[in-house]
Amino acid sequence: MTVAAEGSPPLRMTRARRNALLQSEPVQGFALISPTFLYALVLLVLPILVVIAHSFWTQHYLTIDGTFTLENYRVALTEPIYRDLLWRSLYISLTVSFFTVVLAYPIAYFISFHGGRHKSLWLFLITIPFWTSYLLRVMSWKVILGYNGVLNSGLMGLGVIDEPSTALLYNSSAVIITLTHAWAAFAILPIFISLEKVDRTLVEAATDLGDGPLRSFLRVTLPLSAPGVISAAPIVMIPTVGDYVTPKLVGGKDGVMIANAIQAQFGKAANWPLGAALSVTTMVIVTLMAGATVLIIRALQRLAR
Amino acid sequence: MPDQLQIERSQPGRPQSDRPMIEIRNVIRSYGAFKALDDASLTIREGEFFSLLGPSGCGKTTLLRMIAGFDNPTSGSIAVGGQPMEGIPANRRPTNMVFQSYAIFPHLDVEQNVAYGLKRLKLQGGEEKRRVEEALTQVSLTGLGKRRATELSGGQRQRVALARALVMRPKVLLLDEPLSALDKKLREQMQIELRRLQQAVGITFVLVTHDQYEALAMSDRIAVMFGGRIAQVASPKEIYQRPVNRQVADFLGGMNFVKAEIVEENGASLVVDTLGFGRVKTDKPKAFVGTGGGATLGIRPERLRVLWDNATAKFEVAGKVVERHYFGEITHLIVEIPGLEKPLSVTETNDFGADDIPVGTSIRLAYDPEALVAMAD
Repeated sequence: MTVAAEGSPPLRMTRARRNALLQSEPVQGFALISPTFLYALVLLVLPILVVIAHSFWTQHYLTIDGTFTLENYRVALTEPIYRDLLWRSLYISLTVSFFTVVLAYPIAYFISFHGGRHKSLWLFLITIPFWTSYLLRVMSWKVILGYNGVLNSGLMGLGVIDEPSTALLYNSSAVIITLTHAWAAFAILPIFISLEKVDRTLVEAATDLGDGPLRSFLRVTLPLSAPGVISAAPIVMIPTVGDYVTPKLVGGKDGVMIANAIQAQFGKAANWPLGAALSVTTMVIVTLMAGATVLIIRALQRLAR
Repeated sequence: MPDQLQIERSQPGRPQSDRPMIEIRNVIRSYGAFKALDDASLTIREGEFFSLLGPSGCGKTTLLRMIAGFDNPTSGSIAVGGQPMEGIPANRRPTNMVFQSYAIFPHLDVEQNVAYGLKRLKLQGGEEKRRVEEALTQVSLTGLGKRRATELSGGQRQRVALARALVMRPKVLLLDEPLSALDKKLREQMQIELRRLQQAVGITFVLVTHDQYEALAMSDRIAVMFGGRIAQVASPKEIYQRPVNRQVADFLGGMNFVKAEIVEENGASLVVDTLGFGRVKTDKPKAFVGTGGGATLGIRPERLRVLWDNATAKFEVAGKVVERHYFGEITHLIVEIPGLEKPLSVTETNDFGADDIPVGTSIRLAYDPEALVAMAD
């Protein structure tokens, strides 16, 4: 009797609590994201964990020795070839993100401020290159920059050069040009959105207070559109560090990047642990660099005030 | 009856010069077939508080933006301080603007907002800081210099916008509906403050508003605009008491309209016959054009007074109360007068008990024939 009297009230409480739990916003939110979350867990987090685990192991021909070692990281960080490749990858991705943002800004500015009624049409036109595959777009740059390519024959036709230049293709510049073009739309869109949010009356107010077009741009439009630039830079930078299709197709010997080395370790060289250590190192460095970029742009923004 | 009380008729305030500050000549602004401004001409004097009043779409903001340089006339000319403004961009005009949305720079604090226009001038030896402080004091914002724009209330943002423009010491300050975003109480307080500020700094103010009370309370002169045309330019009192047409009369508060027949018309006066008010002699408005003997006579509701008990007046009309509306300090009576097609609106203060007059009562109303104004139909 005493047991029943003591037992029933907590039971009712639990039921009420369960109902409240099902109706609470966080729970509903988790329920909504759970399919994607599970997908990401299985196909993203688990593989990364496997990669991280591999990076501490050793390859013996066909078998992998699971004893903990930091040897792979020593090789990845001190071996000149990997250090150079990593530096080159970072240099290329930084240069690409810089040029992409610098070239994307005027386009985004034009669409936002002078697009008039045709804004959506302009944005639509920007997506057209994405109708074809990434591979085809890279190949088309080969056609443009190649020995008998469009650029060479054009320059020869104009009499600027006498024989085809080999400096255009199969080097890091070719990789930078190709990647800058490939990622343009990813920079244009965030910058466009932040420019759209700039209140046009503020530009008028700056003009009213004596600023010419350039001054009002530098003092009002640019600082207020900085969030777009801040998000565009890492969007371009992070994926370009790890790109291996473009360097493979247009990079030649000078344009090889860290991802090509990683691919080789998992493929022909068959040294998974070293490949894994290179991947993890790259990931950490990219994370640090992306964070640093955001901090630097924020600091610049504060200085501009 | 001789005036027992000598009343100062003119608006109190600082003496204005008669020198023109802004001269607008035959300005037309067309967008395709639509004319936002249709042949507007106007002279605004130095040191004047001038209002452009009208309903939305009447062209008042277009005109203001043209003075500022954000828009250009299709034809016609605008001069500020004797200098033609054609071809001079907004950033090099001697005007500054207070925007309707205030347009406070969100990435700057209050001081930086106010100093924005001064930065370019590269003032020496703390002059910039001194002027910013002075401007902040003028608008009673001292001590808030380091606040971010996002941390300010509507009234404070408005003051920042005002200080930011005043600190430039413009020849003309342009105000685009500056009070419309504030609540009623704050708006009334800012009206008084704006007027006081204008008197103190002596700069020509041009205010755009659709609020007739705002224009009446603050201005030295008002231009009433309709459909891209300037209907009347006059002092608040004249605009209110002697509107040139029904549209102007209607826009500036209540007005009873009575049909009239022109009996006699000469240079300065007009004699008309009406059914309710009999034969009346009034001043002839400057722009009056008689059309086929017809005219309209107007009288403001507060110029009709209820006659109590056996009180009599030289001029009175009799009628019956058909509606009564209570507004606290005043009561609004609707009085039917035999012979008039529309009943008269009467506004009476409540200190004698107008709020207790039952509907259906027969009453007599006294009026001053001076208060009757003739308007073209």
